[in-house]
Amino acid sequence: MKRRAWPLIGILAFGYAFLYVPILLLILYSFNESRLVTVWSGFSFKWYGALLHNHQLLDAAWLSIRIAATNATVAMVMGTLAANALVRHGRFRGRTGFELLLTAPLVMPDVIIGLSLLLLFVAMQQLIGWPTGRGFTTITIAHVTFSMAYVAVVVRSRLGQMDASLEEAAMDLGARPLGVYMRITLPLIAPALLSGWLLAFTLSLDDLVIASFVSGPGATTLPMVVYSSVRMGVSPQINALATLIVAVVALAVVIAGISLGRKPGR
Amino acid sequence: MSQSTRHHPKGRRRLSRLVNIGVPYFWLGLFFLLPFMIVLQISVAETALAQPPYTALWEWVADGLLQIQINLQNFMLIWEDDIYLAAFLNSLWVALICTLLCLLLGYPMAYAIATAAQRRRMLLLMLIVLPFWTSFLIRVYAWIGILNSNGLLNSFLLWLGIIDAPLQILHTQTAVYIGVVYSYLPFMILPLYANLTRLDPALLEAASDLGCRPLRAFFKVTLPLSKPGIIAGSMLVFIPVVGEFVIPDLLGGPSSLMVGKLLWTEFFSNQDWPLASALAIVLLAVLVVPFVLMQRLQQNMDEAAS
Repeated sequence: MKRRAWPLIGILAFGYAFLYVPILLLILYSFNESRLVTVWSGFSFKWYGALLHNHQLLDAAWLSIRIAATNATVAMVMGTLAANALVRHGRFRGRTGFELLLTAPLVMPDVIIGLSLLLLFVAMQQLIGWPTGRGFTTITIAHVTFSMAYVAVVVRSRLGQMDASLEEAAMDLGARPLGVYMRITLPLIAPALLSGWLLAFTLSLDDLVIASFVSGPGATTLPMVVYSSVRMGVSPQINALATLIVAVVALAVVIAGISLGRKPGR
Repeated sequence: MSQSTRHHPKGRRRLSRLVNIGVPYFWLGLFFLLPFMIVLQISVAETALAQPPYTALWEWVADGLLQIQINLQNFMLIWEDDIYLAAFLNSLWVALICTLLCLLLGYPMAYAIATAAQRRRMLLLMLIVLPFWTSFLIRVYAWIGILNSNGLLNSFLLWLGIIDAPLQILHTQTAVYIGVVYSYLPFMILPLYANLTRLDPALLEAASDLGCRPLRAFFKVTLPLSKPGIIAGSMLVFIPVVGEFVIPDLLGGPSSLMVGKLLWTEFFSNQDWPLASALAIVLLAVLVVPFVLMQRLQQNMDEAAS
């Protein structure tokens, strides 16, 4: 068995290298003095300095973070409701349609979601005068529509694995269903809610295509700024931005790892 | 307390039903289903110099006379003009090749992780998911610096002496393959891993006890049983890749035309909303078959689990 495993470990190592070498190179070259990728002209923080003075990019980042946080919160609620429906309400009428609508956004190409939502917003504006413009609200609605499905997947599996006896005990002791849900169920599925929230936040922060369709003048998100500067070619400021994002993600993972590790019984 | 809840369990359950099912259903109906109807409507409209830039589907011409105008020219154009057909075929081809490449690389990886020691598994899996949390756009951008004609890969190969002149990789179909496999590999590995860890090890032991060699046991037992994982992972890669925009736009070139990019161009550069809508409708029709297949599989798995 041991000897047979070697080719497998080789493929695994290749796979991880394939996934990580591009990111590591980005980080490395964010500290390069030169603009060129091929020339290493010395260690420098100058691209980080340039990044901090790039107001267009910073404004876009702030808008993106606000959209991502709003989206994550709404998507968390919607996704949890949908997961409740699927796990707790069994075979309700229209369940197949419900599941279809919920899974379709997971694989639907972004261009289709973006185009169709834009056309909806335009039609709604003509008919009822809302939304009046396109920007924060329309982007957030679009993001909730596709990210609630991801939350539903995460929460659904947690709800399905949950031990029902605690809820039953609370019911037997006379607690109301809503009280049971708030005080027993929600704390038990809290880790899933948190990972769903973070997932929705990341998906929103990452989206270029859908936001480009449903955004209007004056509302430029971070991916749009990154996209327009990347189209011009390699830009060391984007490397610096990538490094910062990786640093934040790595920090979050370390914190999550420590807090999970500290939990008793794990 | 207890009495009061027992008095109206039906009413409460109905309210819970209404909120849990009704609210997400309403949202998805309004913001996901209804938009497709509008796309369908606008795909049969005509481009117009107006705001928004298309003609209305129906019009009250006179008292009691409703005129409905359906324009099928967009669909005829897609059918007749080679560029659209070529883009669709190329999108399907790229999605197919990349799904196979993801499977070829992802299956052994998922298998290695699933059979690794318990304490290492979580870390290995974490390392697969981690790149997903950093920006997709920036990860695709990283490949520009690598694949460029004066980029890192070419410099490295030149330095090794393997090539004499830089290879043109960026802005070719090869670059699209690399970018897609790189971005979508985790979507292949995760369902495969979930499937492989659920396999009963007793089956392999039984095969081994009966004198089956490990490699043969893999092809006779493990591989057939991991079919649901293979199909799920393949669909998660195939369906979105057919409509992918960012990767063909940043890494591809004129030879690697894909329908997602074409739709984007028709919409943003040419301001042809009806044609973009017609492309979306055709793309949707193309994706319905693999999507229904995926949905069917998901339901079978849910039923098997419960």
